[in-house]
Amino acid sequence: MNRVIFMVYFDNAATTALKREVLDRMTPYLCEIYGNASSTYTSTGIAARKGLSEARSEIARILGARDDEIFFTASGSEADNWAIKGIAFKNKDRGNHIITTKIEHHAVLYPCEYLEKHGFEVTYLDVDEFGMVSPDAVKNAIRENTILVSVMFANNEIGTINPIREIGAVAKEKGVYFHTDAVQAAGAVPINVGELGVDLLSISAHKFHGPKGVGALYIKKGVRIDPLIHGGAQESGKRAGTENVAGIVGMAAALKMAADGMDGKTKKLTAIRDRLIKGIEDAIPYCRLNGHRTKRLPNNVSFCFRYIEGEALLLSLDMKGFIVSSGSACTSGSLDPSHVLLGIGLLHEIAHGSMRVSLSDLNTREEADELLKALPPIVEKLRAMSPLYEGVER
Amino acid sequence: MYSDRVMDHFANPRNVGEIADANAVGTVGNAKCGDIMKMYMKIENDVIVDIKFKTFGCGAAIATSSMATEMVRGKTVEEALRLTNKAVVEALEGLPPVKLHCSVLAEDAIKAAIENYYENQGKTPTNKECRGHGREGEGCTCCCE
Repeated sequence: MNRVIFMVYFDNAATTALKREVLDRMTPYLCEIYGNASSTYTSTGIAARKGLSEARSEIARILGARDDEIFFTASGSEADNWAIKGIAFKNKDRGNHIITTKIEHHAVLYPCEYLEKHGFEVTYLDVDEFGMVSPDAVKNAIRENTILVSVMFANNEIGTINPIREIGAVAKEKGVYFHTDAVQAAGAVPINVGELGVDLLSISAHKFHGPKGVGALYIKKGVRIDPLIHGGAQESGKRAGTENVAGIVGMAAALKMAADGMDGKTKKLTAIRDRLIKGIEDAIPYCRLNGHRTKRLPNNVSFCFRYIEGEALLLSLDMKGFIVSSGSACTSGSLDPSHVLLGIGLLHEIAHGSMRVSLSDLNTREEADELLKALPPIVEKLRAMSPLYEGVER
Repeated sequence: MYSDRVMDHFANPRNVGEIADANAVGTVGNAKCGDIMKMYMKIENDVIVDIKFKTFGCGAAIATSSMATEMVRGKTVEEALRLTNKAVVEALEGLPPVKLHCSVLAEDAIKAAIENYYENQGKTPTNKECRGHGREGEGCTCCCE
C-alpha cells in the first residue's frame, strides 16, 4: 500500500496534538523539578509544589472558580466517575435518585449503570432530534429523593451544546447537585462555573492540546462528596496519588493558550466548520447533519451519508490522508452504532453511515477545501458498490 | 489493522456491479447490523460464468465479498458450495477476530445465490444451515429467517 505524505488530522474530538509550547512548559517538571510535590521540606518538593499551585490558580482563574475548588485527576473519565460515584455515596442518606441523559459519554453512563446495581435509581432523559436536553424535562424528572443531575455541556459525537445555564437554574431551585461533563467544551467555548450554576464540572487536558493522562474536577465549595481514590492526603485529602505535576502544568498551559484569543479562534473555526457543512450539503445528496445547526461546538461537523457504511468511509478518507472518525458499529467493535446517533432517533442503517470531522485551531480552510474535494467521489464510489443504492434516484 | 491484501480488495474491489440477466441472486445480512451482501451470478451448465457483487458494509465486508467472487468465478456450482469462510480469510491473509463474521457472511452470500439458482431451476435446495455470523461468537441471527 502506498504511504501518503499528505495528512490532515480531523479527529480532534478524539484527541489533540500536544502543542510544542505546552511541552516546553512541562519539560522542567520531568527531569529537573522532579520532587514529590508533597515533600515540601525539600527544595525539589517545594519547587514542584509551586508549579502545582500556579497551575491550579491558572485553571481556577480561567474557569471562574476558587483555587480550592479545582482538583486534579488522571483523566476526564476519572473526573466523571468521581463526580457521580462520589456524590452518590456521600449523599445516599438524602436520596438515591440520579438524573442524566441518554446521550452522555460512557464515562457518565457506565458509572450510572454501576450505581443502579448498588441501590440507586437513574433516570436517563431523552433528547430531541438535535441532541438537546430540555430544562423542563430535567425539572419534571426531579423528585424528592434526587441527589444529582448530570448533563453534558457539549456532545462529543454531534457537537450539540446543551442549555447548561437553564438546567443549572432548575437544579439550584430544586436544591439538587448539578454536574456537567465539559470535556469537549473546555478550551473550545468560554466556561464560567458561577454563571453556569454548576456544582461539579469535568475537563480533560488532551482535548485542548494538553497531555493525555490528566484532567480536573471542579467541585464547588460546600459540595458533599466522597473521594473516589483513597490513599495519601493529596488534593486536600480528596484524591490520593502523587501529583502528575508535569501533566498538570501542561494542562494549565494548554488551557491558558486555548483561552487566550478564544473569540478570534472561535470565529475562524466556526467559519471553517460552516464552510464544510455547506460544502458537504451542496455536493452530496442523501446526507444529513447531525446535531443542532447553530448551538454546536465551533469545531464539530457530523454527518450521516445514506446507503454507505462509516468504517469504509473512514478507511477511504484515511487512504487519501484525512483522519476522521465514525459512529458506525464496525468502528466501535460493538453490535450497535453510536448510542448518541440512535439517541437522536436515527435508524441503525443511517447511523452506520456516519462521519465526524472535528477541527482544531491548527486546521486551515485549505485543508477543509481538500476534504470537500476528496469526499464526494469517495461517497459516490461506496454508493455505487452498495445494494441499498440500487434504484435510488440520482 | 487490515492486511495489505484486505486493503487491496477494499481499495480495488473485483467484480462490483449487477448482472441484468442473472439466474442466481442472493442477499444476506441486513441494514440494522450494518452488513448487506448481494451476489449476482450467471450460471451456465452448472458453471459460474459471471459473478458480480454489491456490499453495504465495512472494509472487511467489502474485501471478503470481493475475494469470494474471485474464488468462485469460473468454478462449478458444486465447487462453489464447498467455499468456506476460512478459505476466504486465508486468501485475504487474515482478518482481525472482530471481523471474522464478515467472511462468514461472504460465504453465506455465495450460497444464497446458488440456493436461488436451484429454486429457479425447480430443483430441491441444498440443506442450508444458518450458523449466524455474530461478532466474537455472539449469535447474530438477523439474517436468518
